[in-house]
Amino acid sequence: MIARASMRRALRYVLLADFLVGLRKGMRYFLAPKATINYPHEKGPLSPRFRGEHALRRYPNGEERCIACKLCEAICPAQAITIEAEPRADGSRRTTRYDIDMTKCIYCGYCQEACPVDAIVQGPNFEFSTETREELFYDKERLLANGDRWEAEIARNIELDAAYR
Amino acid sequence: MPDQYKVVVDGNEASVPGELTLIQVCELAGVEIPRFCYHERLSIAGNCRMCLVEVVGAPKPVASCAMQVRDLRPGRDGSPPQILTSSPVVRKARHGVMEFLLVNHPLDCPICDQGGECDLQDQAMAYGIDFSRYVEPKRAVNDLDLGPLVETHMTRCISCTRCVRFTTEVAGITQMGQIGRGEDVEITSYLNSSLDSNLQGNIIDLCPVGALTSKPYAFVARPWELTKTETIDVMDALGSNIRVDSRGRQVMRILPRNHDGINQEWISDKTRFVWDGLKCQRLDRPYVRNQGVLEPCDWDTALKAAAGVLASGRRVSALAGDLVPVEATFALRKLIELVDGKCECRVDGAALDTNSRAGYAGTARIEDIDSARRIILVGTNPRNEVPVLNARIRLAWLDGARVENFGDVTDLTYPAQQLGNDVDSLRAFCEIALQDSVEGMLVIVGQAALRHDGGNEILALSLALARQGAGLLILHAAAGRVGALDVGFSCVGGIDEALADAEVIYSLGVDEMDIPEGPFVIYQGSHGDRGAHRADIILPAAAYTEESAIFVNTEGRPQLAQRASFPPGQAKENWAIIRALSAAIGQPLFFDTQAELRSKLFEEVPYLEDIDMVPANPLQSPRQYTGGNAPIISSAGDFYLTNPISRASAVMAEMSALSNGRHQQIPEAP
Repeated sequence: MIARASMRRALRYVLLADFLVGLRKGMRYFLAPKATINYPHEKGPLSPRFRGEHALRRYPNGEERCIACKLCEAICPAQAITIEAEPRADGSRRTTRYDIDMTKCIYCGYCQEACPVDAIVQGPNFEFSTETREELFYDKERLLANGDRWEAEIARNIELDAAYR
Repeated sequence: MPDQYKVVVDGNEASVPGELTLIQVCELAGVEIPRFCYHERLSIAGNCRMCLVEVVGAPKPVASCAMQVRDLRPGRDGSPPQILTSSPVVRKARHGVMEFLLVNHPLDCPICDQGGECDLQDQAMAYGIDFSRYVEPKRAVNDLDLGPLVETHMTRCISCTRCVRFTTEVAGITQMGQIGRGEDVEITSYLNSSLDSNLQGNIIDLCPVGALTSKPYAFVARPWELTKTETIDVMDALGSNIRVDSRGRQVMRILPRNHDGINQEWISDKTRFVWDGLKCQRLDRPYVRNQGVLEPCDWDTALKAAAGVLASGRRVSALAGDLVPVEATFALRKLIELVDGKCECRVDGAALDTNSRAGYAGTARIEDIDSARRIILVGTNPRNEVPVLNARIRLAWLDGARVENFGDVTDLTYPAQQLGNDVDSLRAFCEIALQDSVEGMLVIVGQAALRHDGGNEILALSLALARQGAGLLILHAAAGRVGALDVGFSCVGGIDEALADAEVIYSLGVDEMDIPEGPFVIYQGSHGDRGAHRADIILPAAAYTEESAIFVNTEGRPQLAQRASFPPGQAKENWAIIRALSAAIGQPLFFDTQAELRSKLFEEVPYLEDIDMVPANPLQSPRQYTGGNAPIISSAGDFYLTNPISRASAVMAEMSALSNGRHQQIPEAP
């Protein structure tokens, strides 16, 4: 019994069977489609719920959505949002300051959940790395600019996700 | 007691007085009843229907705020009436009421300033249902213009009428009312006028929804981001209990706290809206006058300069202003003793008697107003000086007390019988009263009376009445005055004596008098006001929200104020400045911390240690009075601009202009 088993092992050894098995596996992966993508030129798919860079949206008539209710500031677990508000000249409630410290943010998406007017959203952009910390302290202007830039994608994502909310 | 009734609240039997309403009984039994229109200090309206409870045997739910215990019928078997507060009937009734209330409520909580502290929000969460069946259009109501203090959003109104009842009953102005029926019901102000009351800010607190909100505070902060500090107000000498809400270093708003003995739960508009004065005109660094110009410098330079002047052997007088805490006056007195100077805090020249405490703090307590049967106002206009106290006098009047007046005051929101306007008439009144009876009498003496000629006489006559058993309340205008007198910050001859031959004046926040030309002035205070303009050296100090301190109110009740924020720039606490100055002179005072200062203070003036207690003030032997005559003056000046903080406030300036304009516009009655 023992003699036969050792005989088989010796035969496999002599005929390089393991080598052939490995070669076959290698060839299969060599010919299979690639799992990686060529990142800056190709990008992976994103869910409509993807929580990327923040943006403050506007209404179609150009009026900013944010009404300074401060619910996002209240819910933010990382205390990354700072808001100051006062009545605007026309008497409406508006922010005078809307800062997000993106270095504090944990991208939990609570701000978006809390917002009663869909003003603060986390858009599909994830490519906002900077060279300095200071560039990650977003102010209202920057957030509104983000909103203007990404409005088409953000609106599409919200529409796609609306059925599940 | 004969009028005790047995009731069963949710299975727990209780014996309660018959005049209580069911909502009070439930409160006593520890059961919370939701309510919107009911308020302990206002009359009962019974129109919100939120407080419905089930009384076993009654055909339908009962509004618990409007039903008295003695109106309940016992059970068929003679058992005590049963109140159920969480039965299915009650729950269904609350759901229904809440749904009706929300039918026309705009649900704009995100932009509403009441959000986070809204009764409707909270009670909808606790007692409402989580959906709405209402799909029809909601009503919209035009906003009122109630002036620069109260912002209105009348669409949010749920018609509880608390504001109407407060202005009518407590503030004593009949400028608000309700018109229309059913869905068309609206709160209005008479001829769309802005409110003419200096208690109007309280309707902001009373409003259970966001219909009435604070205009200066509009949209700036949310209740959950504010740090709440319970402290004491110094805008008048009442010592109202307040809560200062601050965010970071900034005071965002001021709210009242309940204190039955002092302000109940009201505060005046000056107390409530003065906070914007805390960030303007502040002294945030020391100044020294150099060739006629005040130049900013550092603490070292200023203290050395001040110490040089104080220790130069010149005659020093120290004056204490209206807003200074007890610790500061006490420490300054000790400092002035080192340089052999004089102290005086009666800078307005009021004839307050320092021989006994009753001579400047009176013998009565503010609470005594409630039980007084006869209130004698002597040279005071409480409506203008201490509006919250005036509301209390008004309540006493509503309760049947008679109000009589000596002086030239006109409209107090309640009728006051005019007894005279000079000292002779007061003397004649006293002679009769002393022979007759002073039962239930409360004499309230104002500062205006004591400030003018005949002040000594008026005080002596009032003290004579007090000795006979009448209550005496000396109504101060300055929050720091009683405290300063308590620590002996006065000299025999009063302000004239203190100023007579002074070469150096140490002015501890004195802004209400003009210091004559001549003496060198060291000013220690918080705001760049009159006192600072006259000064040669300015030492910047904390304002009342910026240091922990004791203030003694007009009835002689010591109260502890707490720090809500920090002084701006290089400004320091008052007591610390005086301590530093003593070190600069080379004779450091006995304390290094405020605790050490306080323990010494309590050693010398023991009753100050009993915070929130009113010590009984003994009356000294009668003082002789001269018999001269003089008019009794009641006018107190502009309510809104009585101290440097309020003069720095834009809101107060606006209110002052509005009030002056209003009173000029109204023509004299033919």
